[in-house]
Amino acid sequence: MNIWLLLLVVAMVLLVIFQIAKASEYVSVLKGEKKAREQSNRVNAFLMLAFMVLGLIGAYWCNEKLAPQTLFAQGSASAEGEAIDTMMLITIAVTGVVFVITQILLFWFSFKYQEKEGRKAFYFPHNNKLEMIWTIVPAITLTILVVFGLRHWFLITGDAPKESMLVEITGQQFGWTYRYPGTDGVLGKKNYKLIDATNNNSLGQDWSDKANHDDVSPSVMYLVKGKPVKIVIGSKDVIHNVGLPHFRLKMDAVPGIPTTLWFTPTITTEEMRTKTGNPDFEYEIVCDQLCGASHYAMRGVIKVVSQEEFDVEMAKLKPLYFAANPDKDPSNQAAPVAAADSSKPATAAVVTTVAKPKI
Amino acid sequence: MSELVLNPTVAHGAHETAHHDHHEQGFVSKYIFSMDHKTISKQFLITGIVWAIIGGLFSVFFRLQLGYPESTFPWLEDILGRWAEGGRIKQEFYYALVTMHGTVLVFFVLTAGLSGTFSNLLIPLQIGARDMASPMLNMLSYWFFFGASIVMISSLFIQTGPFSGGWTAYPPLSAVGDMSPGSKLGVDLWITAMALFVVSSLLGSLNYIATILNMRTKGMSMTRLPLTIWAFFFTAVLGVLSFPVLFSGFILLLFDRNLGTSFYLSEIYVQSTQTALPNEGGSAILYQHLFWFLGHPEVYIILLPAMGMASEIMSTNARKPIFGYMAMVGSMFAIAILAFLVWAHHMFVTGLNPFLGAFFVLLTLLIAVPSAIKVFNWLTTIWRGNIRFTPAMLFALGFVSLFISGGLTGIFLGNSALDIHLHDTYFVIAHFHIVMGVASFFGMFAGVYHWFPKMFGRFMNNTLGYIHFWGTLICAYVIFWPMHYEGLAGMPRRYYDYSQWQSFKQFGELNELITIAAIISFLLQLVFVFNFFYSIFKGRKMLVQNPWESNTLEWTTPINAGHGNWPGEIPEVHRWAYDYGKDGVDFIPQTEPVGKDESTHH
Repeated sequence: MNIWLLLLVVAMVLLVIFQIAKASEYVSVLKGEKKAREQSNRVNAFLMLAFMVLGLIGAYWCNEKLAPQTLFAQGSASAEGEAIDTMMLITIAVTGVVFVITQILLFWFSFKYQEKEGRKAFYFPHNNKLEMIWTIVPAITLTILVVFGLRHWFLITGDAPKESMLVEITGQQFGWTYRYPGTDGVLGKKNYKLIDATNNNSLGQDWSDKANHDDVSPSVMYLVKGKPVKIVIGSKDVIHNVGLPHFRLKMDAVPGIPTTLWFTPTITTEEMRTKTGNPDFEYEIVCDQLCGASHYAMRGVIKVVSQEEFDVEMAKLKPLYFAANPDKDPSNQAAPVAAADSSKPATAAVVTTVAKPKI
Repeated sequence: MSELVLNPTVAHGAHETAHHDHHEQGFVSKYIFSMDHKTISKQFLITGIVWAIIGGLFSVFFRLQLGYPESTFPWLEDILGRWAEGGRIKQEFYYALVTMHGTVLVFFVLTAGLSGTFSNLLIPLQIGARDMASPMLNMLSYWFFFGASIVMISSLFIQTGPFSGGWTAYPPLSAVGDMSPGSKLGVDLWITAMALFVVSSLLGSLNYIATILNMRTKGMSMTRLPLTIWAFFFTAVLGVLSFPVLFSGFILLLFDRNLGTSFYLSEIYVQSTQTALPNEGGSAILYQHLFWFLGHPEVYIILLPAMGMASEIMSTNARKPIFGYMAMVGSMFAIAILAFLVWAHHMFVTGLNPFLGAFFVLLTLLIAVPSAIKVFNWLTTIWRGNIRFTPAMLFALGFVSLFISGGLTGIFLGNSALDIHLHDTYFVIAHFHIVMGVASFFGMFAGVYHWFPKMFGRFMNNTLGYIHFWGTLICAYVIFWPMHYEGLAGMPRRYYDYSQWQSFKQFGELNELITIAAIISFLLQLVFVFNFFYSIFKGRKMLVQNPWESNTLEWTTPINAGHGNWPGEIPEVHRWAYDYGKDGVDFIPQTEPVGKDESTHH
């Protein structure tokens, strides 16, 4: 499309509008101010009413079309998120009623009390009773919403159940690294000054801590259906955010200040694929905090699986310790011939899903 | 900037009569370094308009990217050069546009352009003063703002590009230059501009407070002030108490950037240079506390003037007193207090202590009460009125509609459990653009249409005003209403492209529609800008002193009043500003002594 042509058309349209506006001003001067005001009052009062009616129809239509595309159509994928969905619906209902009533009053009053010959405005400067009503009623309604909200808030932000599994997620520009504690159930110590990308230590694990020796890092985050998970969140550079829209959760990843969140996944990825009818469905980890030029591509994937599948996946992984210290790897010691097969240990190395920005 | 060129001519057209009643002033002292509050207000307004066009245009650019992520627009390269090579905006520049759009609109347009314009214009005129308490500081306030504008503009033209870390400028992204090209010199310029802006804002606010408290005319007790003045008063108080905190936050950021301190930095590894920074023990979250301690009151700094003006304009044009004057003042007071106690609701997902978070939930939702009082009072004000639909009145009514729509979604976001899901999604964009962005713009437009005759002695064209209003109202809802649904789908804000996301790519068509509405909306604002400048010179002349048959004092000054506002004595005030329709009389100006048989209300 030729931009100049488009600009010309726009300019012409604006010119025509201007000419009409100019002409109507002359006409209204000729008619007299009062007459002109009467006419514009009638037109605008009618438009007020029309806007209200069309606006409400539009809002309804918009809801019909877009509500199925939100996450509420597919339901929450975590046990804790179901309560959030209920609360969201209640809040939508309460605010929806207030919205419809107040907007109708606003536009209806505007239409009804347009200036008319002979009408006198009603001198009504205040009324204590009315003012008390609309102070107290919103206050009570809000108290109820606050009480519900805080109950869920304390549940979500409270301690994770004891039987929770543990996963660590670390953000960096522009990808995520997942670390599982391995068989000992303990995540080894880290120090950001030990980070050494050339020696397969992208998290800065302290190898003198034995707990580090069995930690593993898959390329996607595996979670077990029905098993609560506690996620420890960190960042290596700027603030990121672990956004989990399907589970109704999110938490910032702040350098120097570890954060946590926990939830219980209830639907496996496969089940969700059937449920949504989308064979490519994934639980995506969304970075929700502006972190630099490729922020929009900082994507992670969670796979919710059964306990058996989870165990199989974990068994496939080689500890990070061996990737960083190939000489300690028993498979290397047993068969030094593996030198020819140098691509093998790389699979055990830390896999960071770094976004490939589109240029 | 165009200010230098435009303003003299502007004021020249409007002030033909001024030099007859005053001693001759030089061109510079009259039009450029003017100490007349009316001229300064026009300077703020015109600079604000220029900034609004720039900020609005930026949003058109990034909306093009969002609406048409796969297309290229070769003409973009003509305008933006290497930032849009091949006709597609680069990622870094996309984020720079987003950042500048936010900074410019929030601070330069809706703070300086709105409260700078109308506080300056209306405070002396409506309280009955000849000028501000300190005209000199008032002049400096504008020129500091102008300086801030120059520095901000200059940051657009540097090699590494303008700041691109979001208008909130969270460190470490804003603190470490290696994190992004926009985090290099662009941030230093951005901080410098903002520091100058804070100085400007403080000079202005201190002046407004001093003027309102000390310079009211005889009889103008605080409870007889028009609501506009109360709104400007609370706005100024908010600014004085919160901007210094932002300032200190910025200074610490500057130290972290340039002097090697660790206020906000701890345990950072820079990927691009493969080095671990030495900084330890700082807290990135500290900055957020300092930022939002201004950031939240800032929302009300933007909104309160719009509320005040909408109240005044609705009462005048409904020919009815504002309903519940004291409740209106009280609710503004409550909002001003609560504004300081809710900042951490922007930080519910930072790992904030949940117990502390609970208090912020409670206090945040408490704000809904005074807001509800205001809405119901406005509705009752137009109830059984005799409404005149001037463009100003339409914008005031539109303001109420938008304030309801955007205010209600605040109840979702203030409730931390729901906020976790909605935080940093399009729901937030929809919420604050409606309630603070568009609503405040509507208040500002209402103010411009209403007080344009007072500023320039001419009227703006009504038909263009009506087109502007209806077009903008429709566009505002078409743009922002569907965004709530994107937010409910968890769609994050500040993304350059959604096409590779399974969860969000279904909104492609919708994003296109929003972009088209945004472009139309931008063109409609140009209609307003044209109307504004055209009417300064060619608008219908104001023939009567009080065209809206209003009660307030500004309409007792002569058309095109000179410096000093009233040629003779300053009038005395005998009543509140809202005696419309009292005892069957259409309106009774504040200067009218109370009659013997008048009923007793105020």
